[in-house]
Amino acid sequence: MTTALDSMILTLVTFIPLAGALLLLIMPRRDRETRWVALGVSVVAFLASLHLPVHLAYHQAGFQFEINRDWISNPNIHYHMGVDGISVWLVVLTTFLTPLCVLISWKSIHDRVKEFFILLLVLETALIGVFTALDLFLFYFFWEATLIPMALLIGMYGHGRKVYAAVKFFLYTMIASMFMLAAILWLYAKTGTFDFVSVQAAIRSGQVEGFAAAAPWLFLGFFIAFAVKVPLFPFHTWLPDAHVEAPTAGSVLLAGVLLKMGTYGMLRFNLGLFPDQSRSNAWWVMILALIGIIYGALVAMVQPNLKKLIAYSSISHLGFVVLGIFSFTQAGLDGATFVMLAHGVSTGALFMLAGILYERRHTYEIAEFGGLATPMPVYATFFMVVMLASVGLPLLNGFIGEFLVLSGAFGARALYGVLGATGVIWSACYLLWMYQRVFFGKVTHEVNLTLPDLDGRERAALWPTAIVALVMGVAPLIWLNAIDPAVQSALAPFTQLASKVVGR
Amino acid sequence: MNSAAAMLPQAADYMRLLPEIVLTVFGMIVMVLDAAAEERRIEKTMGAVALIGALAAVAATFVQAQYPGFAFWNMVEVDSFSVFFHFLVAGVTAVVILTSFEYMKVQQIRAGEYYALILFGAVGMSLMSSAVELVLIFIALEISSISTYVLAGFRRRAAISSESSVKYFLLGSFATAFFLYGVALMFGATGSTSIATIGDVLRSGQIPLLAYAGVALMFVGLGFKVAAAPFHVWTPDVYEGAPSPVVGFMSTAPKAAVFAVLLRIMFEAHAPGRVGLIWAVAALSMTIGNIGALVQDNIKRLLAYSSIAHAGYLLVAFAALPDNGIPAAMFYTASYAAMNVGAFAVVSHFGNAGERYVTLEDYSGLGRRSPLLAATLTIFLLSLIGIPITGGFFAKFYVFSAALQANLVGLVIIGVLNSAVGAYYYLRIIVMMYMREPQQEVPVSPIPMGLGAALTISLAATIYLGVLPGRVLEYASRTATAWSR
Repeated sequence: MTTALDSMILTLVTFIPLAGALLLLIMPRRDRETRWVALGVSVVAFLASLHLPVHLAYHQAGFQFEINRDWISNPNIHYHMGVDGISVWLVVLTTFLTPLCVLISWKSIHDRVKEFFILLLVLETALIGVFTALDLFLFYFFWEATLIPMALLIGMYGHGRKVYAAVKFFLYTMIASMFMLAAILWLYAKTGTFDFVSVQAAIRSGQVEGFAAAAPWLFLGFFIAFAVKVPLFPFHTWLPDAHVEAPTAGSVLLAGVLLKMGTYGMLRFNLGLFPDQSRSNAWWVMILALIGIIYGALVAMVQPNLKKLIAYSSISHLGFVVLGIFSFTQAGLDGATFVMLAHGVSTGALFMLAGILYERRHTYEIAEFGGLATPMPVYATFFMVVMLASVGLPLLNGFIGEFLVLSGAFGARALYGVLGATGVIWSACYLLWMYQRVFFGKVTHEVNLTLPDLDGRERAALWPTAIVALVMGVAPLIWLNAIDPAVQSALAPFTQLASKVVGR
Repeated sequence: MNSAAAMLPQAADYMRLLPEIVLTVFGMIVMVLDAAAEERRIEKTMGAVALIGALAAVAATFVQAQYPGFAFWNMVEVDSFSVFFHFLVAGVTAVVILTSFEYMKVQQIRAGEYYALILFGAVGMSLMSSAVELVLIFIALEISSISTYVLAGFRRRAAISSESSVKYFLLGSFATAFFLYGVALMFGATGSTSIATIGDVLRSGQIPLLAYAGVALMFVGLGFKVAAAPFHVWTPDVYEGAPSPVVGFMSTAPKAAVFAVLLRIMFEAHAPGRVGLIWAVAALSMTIGNIGALVQDNIKRLLAYSSIAHAGYLLVAFAALPDNGIPAAMFYTASYAAMNVGAFAVVSHFGNAGERYVTLEDYSGLGRRSPLLAATLTIFLLSLIGIPITGGFFAKFYVFSAALQANLVGLVIIGVLNSAVGAYYYLRIIVMMYMREPQQEVPVSPIPMGLGAALTISLAATIYLGVLPGRVLEYASRTATAWSR
C-alpha cells in the first residue's frame, strides 16, 4: 500500500465521524436524512478502519501507521498517533459498534434526532482518538472529549433519573481524570515532552530526575482515572446509574467501548510507563479485580432490572480484564485484550436486545416479562446466542478470553485463578436464570403475547454481532495474531525484571 | 540644550497614543451626534459610529505597535505588553458594542451616552496598560471606573440597576482612594512614581517598610477592581443590577487593564512581599468564588461569583516567576475575556426586555428552543470549566504550570480542587439547557446580526486560543523577556 495513505489513515478514521457530525450540523433538520447520513458516515468510518488490521504488519511490535506532527510549541504537544496490535482492534470495535448504534436508535430516538446523531458521531471520534493518540496530551484531550457527548446522550435522551446519572457520570470521571492530568503534567515538567514513546524511553533509561520518589504517586494518578472508567470496585457506583438511564446506543458505546478506555489505559500507560509500580501494586489491584468479578456477579444475580443486570455483569467481566492485565503473563494480557473485544461485542448486543424490548414495553423489569420465546422466537434465539457468548460457552467469543485470563492468573497466583474461575460460574448462573425468567415458562402478562418479533432493521443490527461472536470464538487467532506481538513488547520490561530477579 | 524642543511632544508620541486618540475622537462624535439629532432616529447610526471607532482602535494598535518606546516624558511606554492589552480592550469593546445594538432597542436605553461612555471607558483602560507612571495610571483608572459606574446604572427603569450603580460608585471610589494612598506611600518610600525607577530602587538596596505598605494599599484598590476576595463583596450585586452587555464589558476589559497595571507593579516595579500577598488572595478568591457560585440561582450572580473565582486563578500566575507567570497571566486575561464576553452576550440576548429571564430555571429547555444559542453558551461554559480545545483549558494550564515551576504546589492543589468544584455549577447550566423541560414558555427571539457577529468573534477567539495557543503565548512571552533585561 502507499505510504501516504498509511500515514493519513488514522487521521481519516478518527475524523471521518467528526466530519459527518459537522455535515449534520449544517444540514436542515430532517430526521430521515439525518439518520441515513449518520449511518452512511459510520459505515464509511468502519470500512476505512478495516484498512488498519488488513495492512497491519502482524509480526512487528511497536506502533504502526504513525503520524507525528508539531501541534503546539509551548507546551510541546505533538499530533502523534499510531496503533499497535492491541489498539488497532479497539479502534475497529468502536467503528464496528457505531453503525449498529445508529441502526438501533433509528426509531427509538424521535425527538431532537439531529442532536442525537451529532453527539453520537462526535463521541465516536473521541473514542477512536483515545485509542490512537500517542501523545499524552492528545490522549488526555480525547479522553476528556468523550465525556461531554456521553453525558449529554445520557442526560438528554435517557429516561428516569437521567440528569442525576449524567451529572454523576460526568463528575466522577472528570474528577478522577484530573489526577491523571496532574501526573501527565509532572512527567511533562521533568521530561519536556508529552510524547508517549519519548517519555517511556526517558523513564526506562532512568534519566527522569526525581522519578523514583514520584513514581508511586504517578502510578496512582493514572490508575485512579482508569479505575473509575473501568470501573473497578469500589469506584463502580456511577456505572449502574449511567447504564440504566442511558438510551440504548449510549449503553452500547458505554459498555462496549468507553469502559475499555480504562483497561486500555492501564495496559498502555500504567504498565508501559510504571512497570515497577505496576508489579508492586499488582496484589491489591488483583484483589480489587477479584472483588469486582464476584461482587458484580452476585449483585447482577439479584437485579430485578434487565439493564442493571447487564451493567453489573459488565463490572464482573471487566474485572477479568484487570485481573489478566495485572497477571503480567502473556496469556493473561492476551486474554485481557480478547475479553475487551469480546465483551464489547456481546455486551453491546445484550444492551441492544434490552433496548429492543424496552421499545416494545417501556420497561426493563424482568418480572414484567416471561415466556417471550413464544411471541418472539427470533428475538429469543439472538438473545440466546449472545447470552451464551457472554457466559463463556466454548466456540463463542467469551470463552477464549476468559480462559486465557484465568490461565494467566493461575500463572501469577493459583488462588487468584481459582477465585476468578468462580466468576465464570456465577455469570452462567445469573445470565441463564435471567434468560429463563424472561423467555421460558408461560406468558404471564397478556400484553407480551402481542409483542412483534424483530423487524429487518433490528436484525440488521444484531446479525453482525452474532456472526462476529461466533467467528471470534472459532477463529480467535485472527485477532490474537495481532495482539500477541504487541502484548509481548508491553511485557518486555516485566520479563526483564523477572530474569533480573532470577539472575541474582 | 534644545529645551524648548524637548518640552514639546514629538509626532511619534502621538502615534504611541493613537488608539486612545481614536477612541476619544469617536466618543466625542457620538456625543455630538446625540446632541445634534433626535435620539430615536439615529440610534443605529450612533451604534455604527461607535463600532467603527472600536474597530479603528483595533487597527490603531497595529500602527501603535510600529512605534515602540516611551512617550510624553516617560509617562507612557509602548511595548509588546501594552500593545497586547490595547488590542484586547479594543476587541472587547467592539464585541460589546455589537452585543448592545439589540439591547438598546429592547431595553429602550438612550444610546448616545451609552456608546460614548463605553468608548471613553475604553480610553481609560487602554491608557492603563501603557502608562508607566503611577499618577497617570491613577487618572486612567478613574477614567475607566467613572465610565463603568455610570454604565452600571443604565437600566434606569429598574431600581436594582441604580442600586448597582451607587454601590459600585461608593465602594469603587473608596477603593481608588486606597490606591492613591498606596501611590503616595510608594512615592515616600522610593522617591518616584515612575514604575521603572521604583523598580530600580527596590531592586538595588534595602526595601523600606513603607514600600510594603504602599504595595498592600495599591493592591487593595486594584484587588477591588478585579473582584478578588476579600474585596469582592460588591460583585454579585453590581453584576445582577447592571445591564448584561455592560457586565460583559466590565467583567473583562477593565479587569484586563487592571491586571496589566498589577503586572507592571508586581513584576516591573518588583513589588516586595508579592508571593505571600498573592498566595493568600488567590487562594481566597478561588475558594470564595467557587463556593459562592454553587448556590446561585440567578445566572448573572452565578457568573459574578465565577468571575471572582477566575480572578483567583489568574492571580495564581502573579505568584509565579516572571518568566512564565507574566505570559500565563496575559494569556489567561485574553481567554477569559473571550469566553466571558461571549457568555454575557448570550445572557443579554436571552434576558429579553427588562432582563426578565435571568434565573437558571428560565434556561431549562433552551437546548430545544434555540439549539444554536444553547450550543454557543455550552462552549463558553466548557471553556470556563477548562475543558481542552477551549481557551479556558490552556489558560488554566499555563497558570498552574507556571505556579508549579515556582514550587507553589499548595496553591496549585487549591486551584485544581477549585476547578473541580467549578465544573459543577457550570455544568448545572448545561444540564438545565439540555436535560430539563421548560417550566414555562420563555420566548427566545431569533439572533440578530450584531449579536451573531459578537458571538462568532468570541467563539472563534475561544476556540482559537484552545487549538493554537502557541502564537498568543509566544507574543505574551516577549514581555517577560523585555522586562527581565
